[in-house]
Amino acid sequence: MNEQGRPTRAEPVDAKRETFTGNRALQIEEPLIFEIGRHDVSGVDIDMPQTKGDRLGSHRRSTPIDLPALSEPEAMRHYVRLSQKNYAIDMGIFPLGSCTMKYNPRLNEAVARLPGFSDIHPLQPPASVQGALELIHELGRWLIEITGMHSVAMSPKAGAHGELCGMMAIKAALAAAGEARTKVLVPESAHGTNPATAAALGFTVVHIADRGDGTVAADDVRAALAEHEGEVAAIMLTNPNTCGIFEPDVVAIADAVHAAGGYFYCDGANLNAIMGKAKPGDLGVDAMHINLHKTFSTPHGGGGPGAGPVVLSERLAPFAPLPLVARDGDGYRLVEHSNENGGQSFGRMTAFHGQMGMFVRAYAWMLSHGADGMQQASEDAVLNANYIRAGLEDVMSVSYPAHRAMHEALFDDRFLKESGVSTLDFAKAMIDEGFHPMTVYFPLVVHGAMLIEPTESESRASLDLFVATLRDLVFAAKDGKTERFAEAPRFTPRRRLDETRAARQPVLKWTRPEPYQDAAE
Amino acid sequence: MRYLPHSPQDRADMLAKIGVGSVDELFADIPADKRLTEPLDLPNQKSELEVTRLLRALSRKNHAAADGPFFIGAGAYRHHVPAAVDHIIQRSEFLTSYTPYQPEVAQGTLQYLFEFQTQVANLTAMEVANASMYDGSTATGEAVLMAHRVTRREKAVLSGGLHPHYRGVVETLSEMSDDALVALDPDPLGTEDILAAIDDETACVVVQSPSFYGQLIDLKPIAKKAHQHGALLVAVFTEVVALGLIEPPGAQGADIVVGEGQSIGNPLTFGGPYVGLFATRQKYVRHMPGRLSGVTVDAAGDRGFVLTLSTREQHIRREKATSNICTNSGLCSLAFTAHMTLLGESGLQALAEANHARACQLADVLSAVPGVEVLNEAFFNEFTVRLPKPAAAIVDALASQGIMAGVPVSRLEPDRPELSDLLVVAATETVTDEHIASFAAALGRAVA
Repeated sequence: MNEQGRPTRAEPVDAKRETFTGNRALQIEEPLIFEIGRHDVSGVDIDMPQTKGDRLGSHRRSTPIDLPALSEPEAMRHYVRLSQKNYAIDMGIFPLGSCTMKYNPRLNEAVARLPGFSDIHPLQPPASVQGALELIHELGRWLIEITGMHSVAMSPKAGAHGELCGMMAIKAALAAAGEARTKVLVPESAHGTNPATAAALGFTVVHIADRGDGTVAADDVRAALAEHEGEVAAIMLTNPNTCGIFEPDVVAIADAVHAAGGYFYCDGANLNAIMGKAKPGDLGVDAMHINLHKTFSTPHGGGGPGAGPVVLSERLAPFAPLPLVARDGDGYRLVEHSNENGGQSFGRMTAFHGQMGMFVRAYAWMLSHGADGMQQASEDAVLNANYIRAGLEDVMSVSYPAHRAMHEALFDDRFLKESGVSTLDFAKAMIDEGFHPMTVYFPLVVHGAMLIEPTESESRASLDLFVATLRDLVFAAKDGKTERFAEAPRFTPRRRLDETRAARQPVLKWTRPEPYQDAAE
Repeated sequence: MRYLPHSPQDRADMLAKIGVGSVDELFADIPADKRLTEPLDLPNQKSELEVTRLLRALSRKNHAAADGPFFIGAGAYRHHVPAAVDHIIQRSEFLTSYTPYQPEVAQGTLQYLFEFQTQVANLTAMEVANASMYDGSTATGEAVLMAHRVTRREKAVLSGGLHPHYRGVVETLSEMSDDALVALDPDPLGTEDILAAIDDETACVVVQSPSFYGQLIDLKPIAKKAHQHGALLVAVFTEVVALGLIEPPGAQGADIVVGEGQSIGNPLTFGGPYVGLFATRQKYVRHMPGRLSGVTVDAAGDRGFVLTLSTREQHIRREKATSNICTNSGLCSLAFTAHMTLLGESGLQALAEANHARACQLADVLSAVPGVEVLNEAFFNEFTVRLPKPAAAIVDALASQGIMAGVPVSRLEPDRPELSDLLVVAATETVTDEHIASFAAALGRAVA
């Protein structure tokens, strides 16, 4: 159990396999490659040069590696069978709040694979990659216009890396001003990456509670600033926040933090709600990362790769990391060293120029949508979240009814009280109905949270089916039909999995079983 | 707009159901004076055909590696990736799924991550590997931070053979966390006295082999000295194919092994996305950053996989987490593991032999060019040559002839004039006899 009562150990169920193979029609059991692969085959034919190399000196490997192979047809089956054990956006609504699981257009995959983008090296002479530099520069220009900020750092590799970038820029700016501020204000509803980022840079986190309606009060921020006078480096605020609400006091909060000599870091995870509706730069933001894999549709890929460009205010711009792309007459140049750029950059965050493959995809998405399409996307995302909330608010518990939902709708588990069904059970029952669950147990500010983000990609029919299914489940829970929850999921390739056991006795690598010993010997 | 399913009628009906008169009412929490009244100053939507035209035109302003002889390495390597790999990673169920927080509907992802972890651990001869990092350079930064946690010491020693950009990443992190750092001078030949830099304050010593300059380094004496002083050896590589042929860092006493996995399964793509590999000893696993897939059983008693040891991670531990990292490099690790499964042990060894053979052939041909000297004695598929003139101008001259000659060290070490005549060149299995001949001929003309 974790602190919110989320069960992590599965109750045993009586589930007999009814086939000889263990397969269930299209659900096919698939062993590990280490159990089916062989050492005497390969799925790749290598062209051997005429002469053998002989310059390894004393460094030649003396031990076997233990890497089994599959021929190409076997490998294809292995991975296709594994793929069929996954849920995906392409199968249905993927309503994970705070994750923005929108449709990933296939045009973006096609253009990212053009050889002029996929087959270029990061250290080619800049004259030979002018198209790549132009694309990075243009993408940055669009991000600056969408957010109303001064400049952009493109190299961060993911959202959390972008947070690190923004907070490093703030730390560098404070150091340049001769200030050693040690505290960062973080609301309790924040993503876990926010306090982790602050702590990684040596800051102490000061938590700010919400005022009871899911939002942060400017007065509470002022009180914290007064209590830690002269010590606060920044506030890290998500806006729209993780409760799906646009922070009504955001401008007053920014003013207060600035007046106290601090910076405003905005977690940009929820940018999808406000494109063409409001600009973070108008709200007093100093730094904000943008998850290209959320708002701009680059594929989540089962957990990455992401891309986390950071937009910066004018006062943080000189401290941006390197490299960066600059206009140079008719062309573009790469600024790779600090002395070419005023000498105040805080340094390098990664080996090369950022997630180019994701830049191409995101730029294709932006070009496809344009100013009108992006605004429509944000409006539809917000419309869809409010439509789901309207369809469920009479049977589920809306956590903060005083505010409109932005692009995601937050519920908590009050409606399940005395039903014997937990948020986790409810989520697992959704799986049996063919839906991926919403984000559960986050944000931490409400009990048994259920955070639903449909995105703009869902049709009305899809939303109607989703709402109707959740209503059926709510009525089943309230009617005491708990077995469909307690035993869920029942129709997945695996039943509920025992996380406690995995953590107590970690097995993180396949090891060859002990040779079989004949008992008669 | 082709990606938006609602008709105007849908929108009107939905607004009515919500009980508002217009969509703008849903944005009422935005302060009135901060709501945009004008559209964004950007072009409007475009058809798929139009976007394709625009991006194709942009892509044609770049010289693709396949367009001519190509010898650039220095942290990213051009290899042939089997067509099956790209098909596998474009399966919808892999491409458009999320981090496997709901394991019952993500066994595909969790199982391949477990296979990936095992492949990486076996390749490096380490006991445990994570589910990948952003790239080799950030993995190196995380390794140094982990060494600080394990040893509770603040000083890292960086070899002069470490990729200068990796050094830059570690320098940034050290500066930001006020940790001490000793970075040795650039070391093309692998002759630095790194042992002398290790003392009782050292948290870790970071050594790359093959080095940035291509030199193979014997890690065993460094590991021995580090361990005598209670420090960790962090072994780094940027070319994972080398591990098919050279003694793995785990067999030489490394405590943490990090590297770039791009070579297997992932195209160059101008520097990203790539896949950072991270392996360590079992006893340090709870200090390790990043996602981990582990074995468990389900409620029916069948084997399955879940993300595990997440009490190290930010979404549970928040400011007490081992790292702020959230994602791994999921799809790139799938490309890696699928390509590695196709190769297997014999395929990887053959690939490594082919790379080494091409590099030796190139070294022989280039050292026959008057005025050109190959500096390294022991190397894998990359080495450094000394030219009779500054390397940067030569690289530009050859690029204008369609030959990508390698990386001038001065691009990464601009403050080291003594290195300005050094060129780092790589040869993979994609290089042909003709490529090598035209490179040597053009180089001969350029240095004459």
